[in-house]
Amino acid sequence: MAQQTTWTKKDLTGIETLSRAEIEFLFDQAEKFLPALAPGKGLDLMHGRTVVNLFLEPSTRTCTAFEISAKKLGAEVVSINTTASSLVKGETLRDTAMNIRAMGVDAIVIRHSSAGAPRYLGEVLDISVINAGDGAHEHPTQALLDAFTLKQKFGKVEGLKVTILGDILFSRVARSNIHCLSKLGAQVTLAGPATLVPLSLAQAFPQVRIVHDLKAALSDADAVMLLRIQHERQTTTHFPSLAEYTSQFGLNAERAAWLKPNAVVMHPGPINRGVEVDSDVADGPRSVILEQVRNGVAVRMAVLHLCTSALKR
Amino acid sequence: MSNKNIILVRGAHVIDPANGRDEVADVFVKDGKFVAQLSAEEIKSAEVLDAKGLILSPGFVDLNCRLGEPGRSARETFRTGTLAAALGGFTTVVTMPDTIPTSDNVGTIQLIRELCDAHAVVNVLPASTLTKQQEGKALAPMGSLKKAGIIAATDTTSGVQNNEIMRRALEYANTFNLVVLDHCQDSSMTEGAQMHEGTWSLRLGLRGWPRAAEEIVVSSDCVLASLTKARIHLQHISSAGSAEIIRRAKANKLPVTAEVSVLHLLLTDAALAQYDTRLKVNPPLREESDRAALISALIDGTIDAICSDHSPCTSTEKDCEFDLAPFGAATLETAFSAAYDALVATGHLDVKLLITRLTTGPAKVLGLDAGTLSVGAAADFVLINPKTSWTFNTENQLSKSGNNPLIGKTFSSRIHSTFVGGKAVISDSKPVQK
Repeated sequence: MAQQTTWTKKDLTGIETLSRAEIEFLFDQAEKFLPALAPGKGLDLMHGRTVVNLFLEPSTRTCTAFEISAKKLGAEVVSINTTASSLVKGETLRDTAMNIRAMGVDAIVIRHSSAGAPRYLGEVLDISVINAGDGAHEHPTQALLDAFTLKQKFGKVEGLKVTILGDILFSRVARSNIHCLSKLGAQVTLAGPATLVPLSLAQAFPQVRIVHDLKAALSDADAVMLLRIQHERQTTTHFPSLAEYTSQFGLNAERAAWLKPNAVVMHPGPINRGVEVDSDVADGPRSVILEQVRNGVAVRMAVLHLCTSALKR
Repeated sequence: MSNKNIILVRGAHVIDPANGRDEVADVFVKDGKFVAQLSAEEIKSAEVLDAKGLILSPGFVDLNCRLGEPGRSARETFRTGTLAAALGGFTTVVTMPDTIPTSDNVGTIQLIRELCDAHAVVNVLPASTLTKQQEGKALAPMGSLKKAGIIAATDTTSGVQNNEIMRRALEYANTFNLVVLDHCQDSSMTEGAQMHEGTWSLRLGLRGWPRAAEEIVVSSDCVLASLTKARIHLQHISSAGSAEIIRRAKANKLPVTAEVSVLHLLLTDAALAQYDTRLKVNPPLREESDRAALISALIDGTIDAICSDHSPCTSTEKDCEFDLAPFGAATLETAFSAAYDALVATGHLDVKLLITRLTTGPAKVLGLDAGTLSVGAAADFVLINPKTSWTFNTENQLSKSGNNPLIGKTFSSRIHSTFVGGKAVISDSKPVQK
């Protein structure tokens, strides 16, 4: 099979639909954008383009990262948050999107609480649609920046053992990472309480390993990805309390010592310090959390550039 | 002149499970009823239909559909809904009471009957709710409702979540010989649920609807049937486990019956891979093992009837995020053709059994004198072309709805004609102009 050398997708709705070659092509592009992250080094590849951030669920980091990424490429950016949106007045998503489209926009970056919403929008619109997180489905740019960071740290992702720890059931970050890491040849372990990491996940994702014992999940990992325990979704049915979660599954210095010497600790943010991770681990030598944030801009630049370049002009 | 009140159907393959008939024969209709013979004089004036190569079956009976009115005429009307039913071969349909206003009062039932008298082209038998406003708290006045013309009572997709209320509802309905139709869903387990809980829901990131939410209520209904001795009919069963529970209940002579929707015999949760909102149905489409078990249960009689579960929505209502789309699929027009391809063309069952589950099966559930070619019965019948090829599309669609998931599909059998009370409603697969 010939190596893919081009990018033809106008939308990025998930990792599941990407090939390994496409992911690697995107990483090469992101690599080239890293120097542009330095102050005063913006590019003009998207000069004259307009990007709308349509965030229908609260977000600071992802929204800001997309805004900076677009601006680094010379694009104009408009960010719409949930309260400013007319959707609260009962307008349909299609109508909102068609109106934005009519104003001459090149790309919509959407975050939505409903799984599948970016895909739906991508079918409705002839402009680029970038998924910035849809319900519990996917968060593709987060997975891409995570894998990009691992590649940076270890030289390659192939053969790495990565443990994802926490609320897998409701996590779009976990789903995208399972797809991305598996496609790149890493071995994924899912860990946490059985209510958040049900065994049925192994049927949905046959390539992953499910481990409910924390020590076993950590001891052979090259990287551990912590997921934010979601206060807003914290219900007594999935775990008893934050304190109980921390006592059983929180990553503290003692548990971090179970990791291999060169293993890294990752987190998509925002961090609940003292809940899923202690500060001395989050800020410690293993942590690559701020590198993830920085790489997130380069990866999103690559996504915006490649998807809008694929648009028929 | 040719007497429209006398019909002679020649040379049809007659399948009449009620009378154990499966033969090539002529069928006679006079004054809206089947008759054993026509006189030579009558034959001369009769309207003669050459039905060679066609199957003649009693009109189908649907125990579970919604026809939009009153309250949702943008989705469907009694006219469009019953035309769709007729095009699908149904001559008697039971409508669900989740109307606007709710069918929990005599006035609404009277309104439905008046509207149907004026506009319906097939027999419409309304069901009322079991409880006021479908709230599961206070019983609906089922005695008065029966007088007003209801055929059964159900809280439909709300279910009755309180076992004490359900018990009393069963006992009260039984007083008036009303069968209770129960939609089996423990709503405490389905909050926010969008599709079957399984590998697809995990992959798609949609909230899962476990089989247990249905099976728990199927179980409790069987227990309550044992306690009250009242008749319960379990609506649109979706899981292998439910079928097994019903099989045991029937072996124990409990007064329970069950139905399955065509879509659950045809498709599984894998069909939702593209987030097709038209396939967002309640109960959700489940797995291949469930589909296979439902077919087995249909064959061995554990499941008595096939229903359409026609739940029309406008295309606009379904044109949105999956989470926000209403549940339901429009299915009346394609029910027989889809079931034929899923069950008969694949060799799972013969056409006679399929017709049984569409005629005597549902008729017996409610004790209706429909679904039969018996002499003296109303001449409700269909002619089926079992060897054809046609594509269902918006041009031949009669339902007003925009949510038939089988649009664009090609089928190998088709309803050719539908007669209600001896009057042609569908002829040559098209509505008969009045």
